[in-house]
Amino acid sequence: MLWRLNASLTETEARQLGWTALWRSTREHLLLTVTAAVIVLVIAVPLGIALTRRPLRRLSPVITGVANTGQAAPAIGLFVLLATWLGFGFRTTVVALVVYAALPVLRNTLVGIQGVDPRLVEAGRGMGMSAAAVLFRVELPLAVPVVLAGVRTALVLLVGTATLATFIDGGGLGVLINTGITLSLDSLLVSGAVLVALLALAVDWLGRVVEHVARPKGL
Amino acid sequence: MSETSTPDTSTPDTSTSDTSTSHTAPARRVSGVSIRLDGVTKRYPGQDRPAVDDVDLEIPAGETVMFVGPSGCGKTTLLKMLNRLIEPSGGRIHLGDEDVTDQDPDQLRRRIGYVIQAGGLFPHMTVATNVGLVPRMLGWDKRRTAARVEELLDLVGLDPAVYRDRYPRELSGGQQQRVGVARALAADPPVLLMDEPFGAVDPVTRQRLQDELLRIQEELGKTIVFVTHDFDEAVKLGDRIVVFDVGARVVQYDTPERILAEPAEEYVADFVGAGATLKQLTLTRVSDVELQQVATATVGADSARAVAAARAAGHDFVVVLDERGRPVSWPTLAELSRTTTVPATVDQRLPVVGLRSTLNDALDAMLAASQGGVVVTGRRDALAGVLKVESVMAAIQRSRAEGAGGPSPPRPRRWTPRSRRPRAPTRRRPGPDAAPGAPSPSSRCWSPSACSPSCCGG
Repeated sequence: MLWRLNASLTETEARQLGWTALWRSTREHLLLTVTAAVIVLVIAVPLGIALTRRPLRRLSPVITGVANTGQAAPAIGLFVLLATWLGFGFRTTVVALVVYAALPVLRNTLVGIQGVDPRLVEAGRGMGMSAAAVLFRVELPLAVPVVLAGVRTALVLLVGTATLATFIDGGGLGVLINTGITLSLDSLLVSGAVLVALLALAVDWLGRVVEHVARPKGL
Repeated sequence: MSETSTPDTSTPDTSTSDTSTSHTAPARRVSGVSIRLDGVTKRYPGQDRPAVDDVDLEIPAGETVMFVGPSGCGKTTLLKMLNRLIEPSGGRIHLGDEDVTDQDPDQLRRRIGYVIQAGGLFPHMTVATNVGLVPRMLGWDKRRTAARVEELLDLVGLDPAVYRDRYPRELSGGQQQRVGVARALAADPPVLLMDEPFGAVDPVTRQRLQDELLRIQEELGKTIVFVTHDFDEAVKLGDRIVVFDVGARVVQYDTPERILAEPAEEYVADFVGAGATLKQLTLTRVSDVELQQVATATVGADSARAVAAARAAGHDFVVVLDERGRPVSWPTLAELSRTTTVPATVDQRLPVVGLRSTLNDALDAMLAASQGGVVVTGRRDALAGVLKVESVMAAIQRSRAEGAGGPSPPRPRRWTPRSRRPRAPTRRRPGPDAAPGAPSPSSRCWSPSACSPSCCGG
């Protein structure tokens, strides 16, 4: 794929395709993705767990509803709205990405834990495990595959959505694509898009590997 | 080495022929404690009738008490209140002399074994981890836990070396259930609660598991509370049976024999199908009837000598035992004489029942294998003898004769209206008129040897 970059004649404006610039954009893009992903994990997984506990169980439709709106809103609109409120830049981009990607993780955490056979939970309680022990030794391990699938979806979603960061000055590979579109520079546009796609595929593959390794044996 | 052994049929189990034998056997070891319920009630908000209404019940130490009743009658709710998976709304629960109603439920549950359908094993843990869970929670060290796991797997008839490191999905349903029982027994709790544990396995496996449970209970003498909807299972396993009606109302609490002979109410009679002639088959144990002594040979012994010894003793087949004395096949003398040493092949279709199995089970096993007899095993699956279909028929004849003029005749009114006996056994088996000698599905195979041509193929 990359030979194409060297083969095609670089136009004056295509300075951005220089190795250092390219590397910088890719790094920015990854940084956005990873930061947002970590924040999503820290917020959505515990929230998902909390929503399956008895005192909060009745709240779960409300929260999933909110998360749903987060995702149903057009991403670009979300970015711009947040930018007018929080200002332009990296931080706003991360906030927007988190809002956008929280849903799959939250919902898969909920579904994963709710999908654990209630008889197993009862068996655990019945043999004298505390509620916390049942959560950490039975429910969470059994929910791991579903939760990780959600995380993988969120990551791929993040890689794609992070291209929009360029509109609110968040950097990333979106800059390439945007410049390509506005200046009709196809090589810029295509290479930006291809890089994003490759990144998404790589992230997805990595996610699969993690899933494979983290999946409890015996399932 | 081969010998014509006379299996020891004079164990305490077999020496008596009275149907209530071991329920009251004085030598039985008891490691359980009694359970006493005082006015236990469970009310759910929004329901006008309590699910469990003011139940008083006393369960003696070391006995197996079966809870039976229609679904929704509250028997499972009552069971779960014993280990407080469901908190009672009122009443007191005593374990032995201890009032446990206000104890920390987690601590309480570690002292009460709990078995549910399909074992409730955790699929992401190995057999050993599953069984070792409670001991680890109780703070046992690794070595002690491992030793205990080994002991328990052996107790439930699974070879530890083979099964310890397997995951539940690599086990059959019956094996999972055995592991479930082993897990419940892990910390040697005095009380075992079983919630329809054998409901999800096929009939043959269920019969084996029931035999296994009887054997384990014989060894351990726990207090077992067992919920089932299968009355035959209740009769087979229970020292006593509690029949419940809606709201967990105790309709009758008595031994199986007395419930069948004298149902307290019309309701019980209908529920248990009392008066059904062949019900006696579930009350009579294999150990209560006479077993045939057979010629045996150990795997790897000289075939010719085994054949000669069997022939001298007048037998036309030999039961082959493995090195631990467990029967593996029963070749005819003709088959055996074609081999030089006694083969180790395990006959998968060999019909086997335990000494504590009912005649009902034995007959089932014979029909399933199309054989005229079954091999009977005793402690640790060692051979106890062979039960032939003639003996079963004779026992039926005897019990019918007793029923006609004996001390506890089935009440006559239960005999006439067929429609009032909805729970009479429906499975096909030789009817009450199939006297010995009369043609019946299994009469082709009167002698086991005559119809085991395929076993341990020569």
